[in-house]
This record gives sequence, structure tokens and C-alpha cells, in this order.
Amino acid sequence: MTGRASPFVRAGFSLALAVVVTLAIVAAAGAPPFETLAVMAEGGLGSGQAWLRTLSALVPLLLCGAALCVTFAANLWNIGVEGQITMGSVFCLWFLRVAGLSGLLPAPLAVAGSLVAAMVGGLVWALLSGVLRTHGRVHEIFSGLGLNFVAMGVSLWLILGFWKRPGMASMSGTEPLPAELWLPALGGRPMSLWGLILAVAAFGLVAFVLNRTFFGLALSAVRQNVVAAERLGLRPKRRMLAAMALGGALAGLAGGILVAGLYHRLIPSISGNYGYTAIMAVLLASGSLRFLPLACLFFAVLTVGSIQLPLALSLDSSLAGVVQGVLVLTLFAARRLWPAGNTGAKGGGA
Amino acid sequence: MSLEYLTALIAAVLFAAAPLILAALGETISERAGVINLSLDGTILFAAMAAFAAARITGNPWLGLAAGGLAGAGIAAILGVFGLLLGASELAVGFVLTLFCRELAYFMGHTQARQPGPDLGALQLPGLSDIPLIGPALFRQSPVVLISLAAVGLVWFFLMRTRPGLVVRAVGESPLAAGTRGIAVKRVQFLACLAGGALGGLAGGLYSLSVKPGWGHPQGCEGAGWIALAIVIFGGWKPVRVALGALFFASIQVAGIALQDVLPGLSGTLFQIAPFPVMILTLLVVNLRRSAAFREAARRVPLLGRLVPRTAGGAPGAIVGALDKGF
Repeated sequence: MTGRASPFVRAGFSLALAVVVTLAIVAAAGAPPFETLAVMAEGGLGSGQAWLRTLSALVPLLLCGAALCVTFAANLWNIGVEGQITMGSVFCLWFLRVAGLSGLLPAPLAVAGSLVAAMVGGLVWALLSGVLRTHGRVHEIFSGLGLNFVAMGVSLWLILGFWKRPGMASMSGTEPLPAELWLPALGGRPMSLWGLILAVAAFGLVAFVLNRTFFGLALSAVRQNVVAAERLGLRPKRRMLAAMALGGALAGLAGGILVAGLYHRLIPSISGNYGYTAIMAVLLASGSLRFLPLACLFFAVLTVGSIQLPLALSLDSSLAGVVQGVLVLTLFAARRLWPAGNTGAKGGGA
Repeated sequence: MSLEYLTALIAAVLFAAAPLILAALGETISERAGVINLSLDGTILFAAMAAFAAARITGNPWLGLAAGGLAGAGIAAILGVFGLLLGASELAVGFVLTLFCRELAYFMGHTQARQPGPDLGALQLPGLSDIPLIGPALFRQSPVVLISLAAVGLVWFFLMRTRPGLVVRAVGESPLAAGTRGIAVKRVQFLACLAGGALGGLAGGLYSLSVKPGWGHPQGCEGAGWIALAIVIFGGWKPVRVALGALFFASIQVAGIALQDVLPGLSGTLFQIAPFPVMILTLLVVNLRRSAAFREAARRVPLLGRLVPRTAGGAPGAIVGALDKGF
């Protein structure tokens, strides 16, 4: 097998195996397997509206995927993306309330500023994890996960407390924002064109930073050998913190777009598992930026398509996560059973 | 504080700690052999679903508990095949398994949600339950407390006092040296991983059949696996200290519930997340003592060394630095 062809052969093999395993699981749960897949495909790709919803889900996935590529490049397990999205959305709404609702800034400026505030929120949350790792020797898997729960607590506390709707606290979220404080949408459709533009731009920026700058080179040195990077004067701790900060800002931006561009308010668990799904997408793409958009798009189709399952077949929408897990696991197996040549080894030994 | 209140408090802590103890002990066995099982959180949730479903179908909660243990062992077997046989990164596979098992549990358990089902009930040992304070706390409540306490003794005895336990520890300390001595390293690691997964599965069963009875979305045990993973580090990979760590975390959860009546202004959600900042702080303190800078400071100011709690020994050789390998 040639090195060039093998990623595609392996992807095909994984996809085929994943479909078979998924069908078996669906059948075991007592549902009609092929109808289930058809409902998911129809829900994610079947109409113009479905495509817009899929693109809408692609925005946070692509932003978080890019964020994870930066932190994985520095060998950091940035599991705290969920929390960074949540804090981004909290900071975004805070800015909109302070500068937008009060009329302190004109609406377009307030919206732009709220996205910057969202990036700051994500950045601060990610740096907490980063500092705990570099200066407190607490592994970022534990700090990230812990901070995810803390961020969820903070947002719930705001929704049910300080920012509750007048007269009643409701799990349906805070009072909706007035339309002038929304990120402009594409003709009133369920997606924000600005969100998509920002996500694609962020992805381009990350690709540039990782492949074309000294910072990207230094990160790869840190990833391969921390001690050697230290001896070379590359200050690994500072690079790690910078990678965390950049990743956190991107995840925070995703949270900001969810508030200003999609929900127009803060809702409980606004991060909607996008952080964890993005981790799966990055693992599926083996950390390679080339395959990441495709993996994110596929997972967006699955996520949006699965929303139809409870309505059409009274199945739980968590089937999307099941398919994603099976796919990544079969890819792990395929990568071990058919080791690629030099070209395929780029993603590191997962 | 009345004696009755104190008794109830102790009983509540022991009850809440039981699944955490089992899960953390399982992870201890696994990590002592050099295998990090990051799938613990997903394992607990999936096993909770499997145990509840099996208990409902058979009508017997004990069979349900066994099914939970089997499910946990099955998930650990997947980790073993990928990590030990195929040589994939344990961290990556473990993490993917956590997410996968969580979603699979919700998907397959859909039909079990919010249904009445059997639970392990309560146990009353005549005579023993009349002892003041510990009697009602230990012998007049759910059997899960006795199961968890027995597990502490059994795991301690197995790891520290038996030959197979010695083999497990030797493999974890230095797989290379153990291999040179003729030990089948991968087989030992696989078996330890299975045993650890089975205990994690039993922990899941304890949740859905007793501590937080029933199944739903969310079940209420989400996040417990991550706390258990942190407890293993807190306890320095030593069974008894690990169990004490689980009691410590359970007492935080119970304190949160108890304080809810005293401080009604603070939302219940804040108490639910309380263990997580405490987990981070605990890891910070545990690692602080091990850092060179702290040792230097403590040498100059001896009081520092006394103020910061002494923690148990270091990690098994095979997993030192394993968390830093990336994916």
C-alpha cells in the first residue's frame, strides 16, 4: 500500500466498519437500522434549511477544532474547551448587557466588542488551566474538566440568579436580546454568515501560525521534546501558555457567536458538547489541519441530523456521539493494523 | 450537634462514598499495573445503565450489579485491546471511550429512562446495628457501604500481601525489569485493567441501584469518574489512602447538601460543582509538596512543611510522565 493512498484507504475502512458497528448498535437498541441512518442523513443534508443548520453547527466545531490543533501542537490535552466556550458566552452576554443594552455603545460596536469580550473570557479560562499545568503541575485533563463543571455552574448561577428574567428564573435562559444586538444573520435564516466567516478566518489563521511562523515551529519543538526545547532557549512553559491562550480565545469566540449569532441569550449548557465533539473531530483528523474541516463538517451533519431522531423514531439523539466514538475507535484500529508510510505518520502516534 | 444528626451525617458520607471508593480502588489496581484507564467516567455511566436495565429485566438487583461489573470489564477490555495489543495511546483511547460510553448509555438506556426498578434496598444486621454511632451508620443502611469497605480490605490485601499483587506492582513499577524476570507483562496489565474496569462497573451499578437509584438523562453520577481518577493521585496509589480520599470527597458533597438548608440563597447547582474546584486544589497541593521549589522553601521555613498536608508516595514507575506523552 502506498503511503499516499493509505489515509484514504484507512478512512474508507474506518467509515465502513463504523457504519456496520453503528447499524448493529441501532438494531440492538430495537430500532430500524437503515431508517435511522436515513433520518439522520435527511436531517443533516436533506434540505436548504438543514444545510444552514449544519453550517451553523460547523462554526463552533471549526473554531474549537482549530483551538485544539494549537494546543495539541504543544502536546497539551485541552479538555477544557467546553468550559472555555461557556465562559466566552458569559463574557459576551456581560458585555452586551453593559455596553449594548445600556446604550453606552452603538449596537454594531457593542456586538463587535462582545465578541472580543468572549475571546477574553475563553482566554482567561484556558490560561487558568495552563498556569495550573506549567506552575502548579496539575495535569490539564483534570483542571480542564474541573473548570468545565465550574463554568457550567457559573452560567447556571447567572441564569437563575443575577441575570434571571424579570419576575422568574427559568431554565430556558436569560431574557432574549433585542434584534439590533444580534450578529447579522443570513436573511433571517438559522445561521450566522458572520460566524462562518470568522470561523473560516480563524482556521486560516491557525493554519498560518502553525505552518508558517516561528511560534508554530517552536510549538512543534516543545511537542517533540520539552527538555531539548528548554535547552534551546525556547521557553516551553511560555509557549504552552501562549498556545493555551490562543486556543482559549478561539473557543471563547465560539461561545460569543453562539450567544450573539444563534441563541441571542444565555442558556444552560450553551456549549452543547461542541467542545467534546471537536476533540473527536481532531482525533479523527489525527491532528492534521488538512483533514480537520472535513471531519468537522461530517460531525456537524451527524449532530444536526440526530436532532430528528427523537421526533421521527423516538430514539435518543445521543446516537450522533455513538457514531463519532465508533468512527474514531475504528480509525485507531485501522491505523495500527495498516501502519502508513512516512506521509501518514505526521499526526503522531495516537 | 446531636448524636442522631452526627450518626446520620456519618451514614450519609459512607453511603455517598461507596461508589467512589470502588471506582477509585479499581483505577488504583489498573494504574498500579501501569495502565491509565481514562474511560472511568464513561464506564461508570454505562455500567449504571446496564446494571439498572439488567435489574429491571431480571427483577433482581444483585444480578443487575453483576451486569454492571461485566459491562465495566468489557469496556476495560476494549481499552486493553487498543492500548496493549494495538499499541494506541491509552489516554486517547480512554478519553474517546469515555465520550462514547456516555452517549451509548443515553442511547441504549432511552427505554429505561424514568422507569421504576428494583434497588439494593437496606440491610439490618441484628445486634450490630444497635451499637451507638457506628451501628446505624454501618449496619442499618444500604449494603453498598459494607461492600465498599470490604473492597478496601480485599484490594489492600491483594495488592500488598499476595504474590499476584506483588506481580502487579512489579509490572507497574518497571515493565522492562518484570519482563526480564519472565513475567508476561502485557497479560498482567490486561488482567489488572479488566479487574479495575469491573470495579468501576460495580461502582456504576451502586449508583443506579442504590445511591442515585434509577436511570435518566442526566443520571446524577456524571463526573464521578473524573473525581475518582483524581482521588487515586490524592491517595498516592495506596488503597487505604485512596479510600480515605473518597470519604473526603464524599463529605464535601454531603456538606454541600447539608449547607443548602443553612444557606438557601446559594443555588443548589453551586454545591453540585463544589467537588471540582476542590479536586483541582487538592491536586495542586499534592503536587506542591513534590516540587523542588517547595522542598527548597520548606527547608528554609520548616513551618511550611508542616502546614501543607503530607501526601502519599509517588506514581508507579510505568505511569510517571505517561500523562505528558500527548496523543
